[in-house]
Amino acid sequence: MLGDITLGQYYPGNSFVHCLDPRTKILVTLLLIVAIFLAQSVPAYVALWVMVFFVIAISKLPFLLVFKSVKPLLFIILLTLAMHVFVGQGETVLYQWKFIRITQEGIAMGIKMSMRLMLLLMISSVLTFTTSPIVLTDGIESLLRPFRCIGVPAHELAMMMTIALRFIPTLLEETDRIIKAQTSRGADFQSGNILQKAKNMLPILIPLFISAFRRADDLAVAMEARCYRGGEGRTRMHQLAYRGGDAAAFVFGIAMIVFLVLLRWGPLAAKL
Amino acid sequence: MSIELEHVSFTYSKGTPYEKEVLHDISLTIEKGEFVAIIGHTGSGKSTLIQHLNGLLHPTKGKALLDGTDLSGKTKEARAARGKVGMVFQYPEHQLFAETVYEDVAFGPRNLGLTEDEVEQRVREALQFVGLDYDALAQRSPFNLSGGQMRRVAIAGVVSMKPDYLILDEPSAGLDPGARRDVFREILSLYKKQGIGIIMVTHSMEDALQFANRLLVVYDGRIIMDGKPAALFRERRKELQDVGLDIPEIYKLKDALRAKGLAIPETVTDTASLLKEIRKRKGLK
Repeated sequence: MLGDITLGQYYPGNSFVHCLDPRTKILVTLLLIVAIFLAQSVPAYVALWVMVFFVIAISKLPFLLVFKSVKPLLFIILLTLAMHVFVGQGETVLYQWKFIRITQEGIAMGIKMSMRLMLLLMISSVLTFTTSPIVLTDGIESLLRPFRCIGVPAHELAMMMTIALRFIPTLLEETDRIIKAQTSRGADFQSGNILQKAKNMLPILIPLFISAFRRADDLAVAMEARCYRGGEGRTRMHQLAYRGGDAAAFVFGIAMIVFLVLLRWGPLAAKL
Repeated sequence: MSIELEHVSFTYSKGTPYEKEVLHDISLTIEKGEFVAIIGHTGSGKSTLIQHLNGLLHPTKGKALLDGTDLSGKTKEARAARGKVGMVFQYPEHQLFAETVYEDVAFGPRNLGLTEDEVEQRVREALQFVGLDYDALAQRSPFNLSGGQMRRVAIAGVVSMKPDYLILDEPSAGLDPGARRDVFREILSLYKKQGIGIIMVTHSMEDALQFANRLLVVYDGRIIMDGKPAALFRERRKELQDVGLDIPEIYKLKDALRAKGLAIPETVTDTASLLKEIRKRKGLK
């Protein structure tokens, strides 16, 4: 029942992208997002699509999987497209009826904007597809560490995220079991009005809360027993380390930005 | 009266990269009045199998029937059929939720749509069956009881539905020996007095030998053995050990005694009669 919910969307693999340092992946993803926002002309968008396909190809992810990541936001993408098409600004009017004004510029803008959203979604899901949530958290912790001096509790945030991620599947499993147990005692979660339905959830929620507190308590004792005392002076089993591939990834990210800056403001920009 | 599985296969997370078939073409009939023990190591598919017996999981292929009614159906009959198979999960005390013991045990009967008088009657009977004192405990919070008592309240919550079949997933896990004995005594008396069918998942070969009159061995999503526990432990111990299971200690003890020249008959399966045999053979009183 609930087991079908995949948390995060890590797609196990051993490709070049999978093996990059998480910090590299986060930073290069940010660079590529900047690059996406720089695009304006048709060649720039072509370049971006090529780039996204290239990245997916070297991550050895199924293309369809990455395309599916667009689905949850499909409505917003279509809305963006519709807004630009139907109420867009522009000179070349193709069709007009009352307040609806379809212009060539509007259509072009709509396509660009929705493509931008799709590219953003796809490139950021490559990050989450190739990086397990735990490793991602390590990367975030490491990247936030310099900001500690201005009061960002990097370690504590990362620890909370790690614990939350660790326990979501456990609690889902627990919920599943409780639902089944109460179902086999004839509980009905479907019928009735909202109030009735909410009341019917109590036999699930109460045991779930109790078990969450019990687990939290056990975990606290277990951490205490292993002398956990916060992030100060703590070493890690898996040290993050930049390697040759990471340098290549950074070069790729920066090259993309430089390329798109040239396409927009460079000597050839006027002709495009 | 029987639960039937006809060529049941089950696949988890169908259509995702994590797709996995955990039951392969299982056919099985369990009659009312049987006491079936299911053994198999962790991940063999036992839990998945028992959830098919009361319609919590629906077969990907094949059918699960109770007296001919498909358990996966959406009809009223299917719902009623599912209600006839009670399920006690592992650590059932983790599913307690009500403010009082009475309310928790009454949850099932109320869902059956019984009158308040009948509900009270059911709760009294169920608590008595699991050996808890109605007058002393009914109005107490289930969360203030001891572990063994909590588990019995949870079992009472299923027993109060008066199921024709009762499925128990490791009913004694995590209990101390005293509470363990109590729980088994109550299950056994329930079985004998009400003549219901009991299906019990266990990791203890001793329990399977002592209580069950039929033993199913599940390995890798298949039932590889099905028969009388004593016969299986006697004749197929090599196979049992090959699939990561064991035989009861008493069989090992008998082997050791035989190696020392004491001819203990195969029919001896409990400590009391073993002791009697040893005394007899040694000429002791």
